[in-house]
Amino acid sequence: MKARVFVTLKPSVFDPQGHTIVEALQSLGYGDVSDVRQGKYFELDLKVPTPDAARSLAAEVADRVLANPVIESFRIELSEQGAQETRS
Amino acid sequence: MKFAVVVFPGSNCDHDAYHAAKHVLGQDATFVWHKETSLGDADVVILPGGFSHGDYLRTGAIARFSPVMAAVREFADAGRPVLGVCNGFQILLECGLLPGAMLRNRDLKFHCAFVHVRVEKTDTPFTVLCNEGQVLKLPIAHGEGNYYADPEVVKDLEASGRIVFRYASPDGEVSDGANPNGSVNGIAGICSEQRNVVGLMPHPERACEHAMGSNDGLVLFESVVKALATQSALQAVGE
Repeated sequence: MKARVFVTLKPSVFDPQGHTIVEALQSLGYGDVSDVRQGKYFELDLKVPTPDAARSLAAEVADRVLANPVIESFRIELSEQGAQETRS
Repeated sequence: MKFAVVVFPGSNCDHDAYHAAKHVLGQDATFVWHKETSLGDADVVILPGGFSHGDYLRTGAIARFSPVMAAVREFADAGRPVLGVCNGFQILLECGLLPGAMLRNRDLKFHCAFVHVRVEKTDTPFTVLCNEGQVLKLPIAHGEGNYYADPEVVKDLEASGRIVFRYASPDGEVSDGANPNGSVNGIAGICSEQRNVVGLMPHPERACEHAMGSNDGLVLFESVVKALATQSALQAVGE
């Protein structure tokens, strides 16, 4: 089972990198790009039998290690099942 | 008085801290490798600056799970003095011994420069010999020192007097212009509820001798020696 974990800064937290990128894009003429939030992407291979177990394990490691809950939120996608979970 | 300096893979201010304690202050000092599970007979623990585990994932995020950190937590929970400098501060935030988190500096630049910080509180073991409002000239060297915490947490830090250092001008004025990284409320250092765990981004251990451009950092080390001496004198009287 594979899980994909997307970690981004919470909406309430200023993202200096995303801000710099959107400014650069706008100066290149991409005025229709109104905001950019930069994040991290993880692919997990999980040795568990069910999608529920995969989701639960991915959420646990995302919450404990991959994301810092003080500033970040994460979203999980199970690639084989297309299941999805969002938590902040 | 024995200083334990924890060494993580990628620590690079461990020798500076050891030198300050051992050679400048004349105290006992020892290195403790992060795989150790005991801090031995240490009286003070220092988590030094550097780039533990290459700053992979987030600054301090991997170091937090090092075996020695269970002993550091136990030491801190017992009310004993722990100082986290720069990456050491980031590790204290990641492991939850101090609240908040670090974001990239607001200008995305790595800042390596002398700054000034104002001492806000003198009731921590690392600031007992300071005067409130005293300005210290200390170096910073970080890319992620932009302190962030939820507004309620910041409010609580302010209300409980847990902001120990703020970035300031040389004459002690806290302003946005004196803030090198965008930290909320100009926060350069905070302490735990028990006040025995202190974290700060500037490097006092790199400013303990005139030859280093400033010896303003020495007072933090002198303070903890004084605080521990006072504590053991009180205990002796108690016995």
